[in-house]
Amino acid sequence: MLFTSVQFLIFVFVALVLYYTLPKKCQWIVLLVANVYFYLQAGFYGAIFMAITMLTSYFAALIMDYYKIVGERIIKLSKVEVTRDEKKKIKADVKRKSKVILVIALLINFGALGVLKYSNLFITSFTNFSPVNFILPMGISFYTFQTMGYIVDVYRGSVTSEKNFFKYALFVSFFPQLVQGPISKFTMLSKTLYAEHDFSWDVIESGLMRIIWGYFKKMIIADRASVGLATLISDFTTYKGAYSLLGIAIYAVQLYADFTGGIDITIGVAELFGITLPENFKQPFFSKSLAEYWRRWHITLCTWFKDYVFYPISTSKRVIHQGKWLKEHVSEGLGKRFPMYLATLTVWFVTGMWHGAKWNFIVWGLLNGIIMLLSQELSGVYKKVDSKLGLKKTKIYGLFEIIRTTILVAVLQMLDYHKNIADAARMFVSIFTSANYGQVFGGGLFNIGLSVYDYVVLLVGIIVIYIVSYLGRNESLRVRLKSKPYAVRFILCLAMLVCILIFGSYGIGYEQSQFIYNQF
Amino acid sequence: MKKKLSWYRIFFRVIALILIPTLVIGVLQRILTPKYVSSIPEGSMIAEYYDSPKNTDVLILGDCEVYENISNVAMYQNYGVTSYTRGSSEQLIWQSYYLLEDTLQYQKPKVVILNVLALSEAEAKSEAYNRMTLDGMRWSKSKRASYEESKTSKENLLSYYFPILRYHSRWSELSSEDFKYAFEKKPLVTSNGYLMQVGVRPVTTVPKTMPLSDYDFSQRNMDYLDKIRQLCEDHGAQLLLMKAPSIFPHWYDEWDAQVVDYAKAHNITYLNMVKDAEKIGIDYSKDTFDYGQHLNVDGSEKVAKYLGEILKTKYNVEDRRNDPTYSTYWNDLSKRYDEEKAAKTKAWESSNAK
Repeated sequence: MLFTSVQFLIFVFVALVLYYTLPKKCQWIVLLVANVYFYLQAGFYGAIFMAITMLTSYFAALIMDYYKIVGERIIKLSKVEVTRDEKKKIKADVKRKSKVILVIALLINFGALGVLKYSNLFITSFTNFSPVNFILPMGISFYTFQTMGYIVDVYRGSVTSEKNFFKYALFVSFFPQLVQGPISKFTMLSKTLYAEHDFSWDVIESGLMRIIWGYFKKMIIADRASVGLATLISDFTTYKGAYSLLGIAIYAVQLYADFTGGIDITIGVAELFGITLPENFKQPFFSKSLAEYWRRWHITLCTWFKDYVFYPISTSKRVIHQGKWLKEHVSEGLGKRFPMYLATLTVWFVTGMWHGAKWNFIVWGLLNGIIMLLSQELSGVYKKVDSKLGLKKTKIYGLFEIIRTTILVAVLQMLDYHKNIADAARMFVSIFTSANYGQVFGGGLFNIGLSVYDYVVLLVGIIVIYIVSYLGRNESLRVRLKSKPYAVRFILCLAMLVCILIFGSYGIGYEQSQFIYNQF
Repeated sequence: MKKKLSWYRIFFRVIALILIPTLVIGVLQRILTPKYVSSIPEGSMIAEYYDSPKNTDVLILGDCEVYENISNVAMYQNYGVTSYTRGSSEQLIWQSYYLLEDTLQYQKPKVVILNVLALSEAEAKSEAYNRMTLDGMRWSKSKRASYEESKTSKENLLSYYFPILRYHSRWSELSSEDFKYAFEKKPLVTSNGYLMQVGVRPVTTVPKTMPLSDYDFSQRNMDYLDKIRQLCEDHGAQLLLMKAPSIFPHWYDEWDAQVVDYAKAHNITYLNMVKDAEKIGIDYSKDTFDYGQHLNVDGSEKVAKYLGEILKTKYNVEDRRNDPTYSTYWNDLSKRYDEEKAAKTKAWESSNAK
């Protein structure tokens, strides 16, 4: 069920009516039923994998908690006083057993994800066999990461396992976030998900505003831009050079509007039910460095990798020990850097893989990691230059940093939409070697499925996004609008709705497009 | 603590929430929906019927082979036979059935003439052609059924109820006509369903006819032909089948044979004007405006006279020329028709003189 379909709107409306008319203690049940209905629209096949994830993670968490409780009881209820060493031994035993359960659950779920998503990468890269036709269950990357985060948290003791299987199932399958996240932590999501919510017009209004804004970005900007990009990547012999540059710009716009638009719809829909989901974006194109960009873009995924990959690697005894060895036997600098570099490159390798089962994405991920590490290495040089020139204090320099980061991100994104690394590299080089700028900017712009009107809409849309982002940089614009008269909010919403109705890319001649991140 | 709203403020907010968007979207819909006046006038044809007196003795159904090949005014002027052509581009047989069903809500014609070319079309060709027939129909069970039968994979019913969902992208093509006729009544583009074409583009070459792998009309089409026949019978109308004169698309003998057999089996008159073109007096060097596919006004008047004679003598359709219930309307229509003919002929001659 596409977010941009009429069926989805009717589905949310019906779920809302039931949610607020039935007794409040049934609200979580209504959501669970809605989740099941939503997911089954994509077929039973995917539901089987989700059920496996639900059951394995639910029982893994229960068993780990059980071991902990048993261990604590042994200590507490022992007739003789337990020594410190004995306590340590019991805790270590609990940890060891829990680790086994954790590893099994991780292997099953990441194993399933790996097989379904990455078999063909392995087969086509390293064997002569034909690729297998696995269908990827909807949202598998998102719900697998969310649930595996949960069981790691239970293992670490930061979360107590959820005893009610159906409530847990609700956490795993919450329908708004299945398509493209955000990835939520159990501690935060469970509080809001299982709580009873009173009906509030304020909440409905706030949720609707967010949803409308999401549709504005998705249907007016993202889906319009996708037409141009589809043409540009269809024929590289024709669409190279300046066209390639155009493609970079168009894709950056498309991806931003598509992903943030989708998340706005997701968070807005959840808000209608009184449920708060974590923010996933924070004006990423105001970033002054790649590192800052990744603190503002796909925040929940980056947080997940930080909490469950980066820190475990960088703080692991083995890695630290390895670092010490390198410090003593190779160089101090290398030894000091080793844990952080290993963790960073691992995170970005896995981030790349998460984005797609192609070498493009892996290279893209590693490039991001390498550039950030390089930037860190050169930070001393930057500081010296800045102290001499005082550039950082100027607004112009700040603007330069933003533009530089935007260009860097957009160029790296070439690896997203080109078939392979060679094509991406070839198209990048052609920007400097193909002399077709006059042709493209003298009319060729309109040969890629976008008319002058489309460009005007895109341009105006981008300006609107920038204005909204700028105005909302310290406090959400919706929050600020709450203090304005009802008439102002009403007119704004109506204006956005009318824009979507008229300028939206839907209906005959427009293929209803999936969200880009839906493929994960 | 937030101030609680008084009931009347809530009431006004709810009303505003419903009324204002409805009004705004309604106005936008009127502007964005194509007017089909100066461009693609075929889009206006079906709707124009509802502004007519709805009292004609003859109803003609079919595709462009009826609305461009039969001059209703000429039929009236020569025989006093009143007719309305509910034709549309690529009208399919089931669309003809539902248009007949719709028309019978308003009038009871004596004779229903159906052009049989549509029997050769088993499936709807495109959403654009469906719109030509469906958009102009008033909402009824017939329209709904016609939509269900006609819809292509990309169509959805909501866009028929709310045309803005279909035509929203026209914002970049709007002309002054879209604003002018958003609320103002449009001028008529036809004369009782006849879309006048002037000018001569004679037949030069006859396209090569390719044999088909299967000549049988689909069962669905034959079922709908039967439903048309039955509906006529139920409403006391006589059905007359015809194949309009044209050089192409080719009317295969195998198709013709099926219609002949059906007509014979049900005692229905079938006029094959392709074979009778010479008898009708059609000269493809003068009477066609598009190389033999359709007739110009001269050719359509000849067909009208031919049909009018048959309707008068065989079907006893009344001569309404002295009937005041009809004559005022038809005299006005004739005047408009003659003016249109003169203007279009002048325009054609001056453009050809250049």
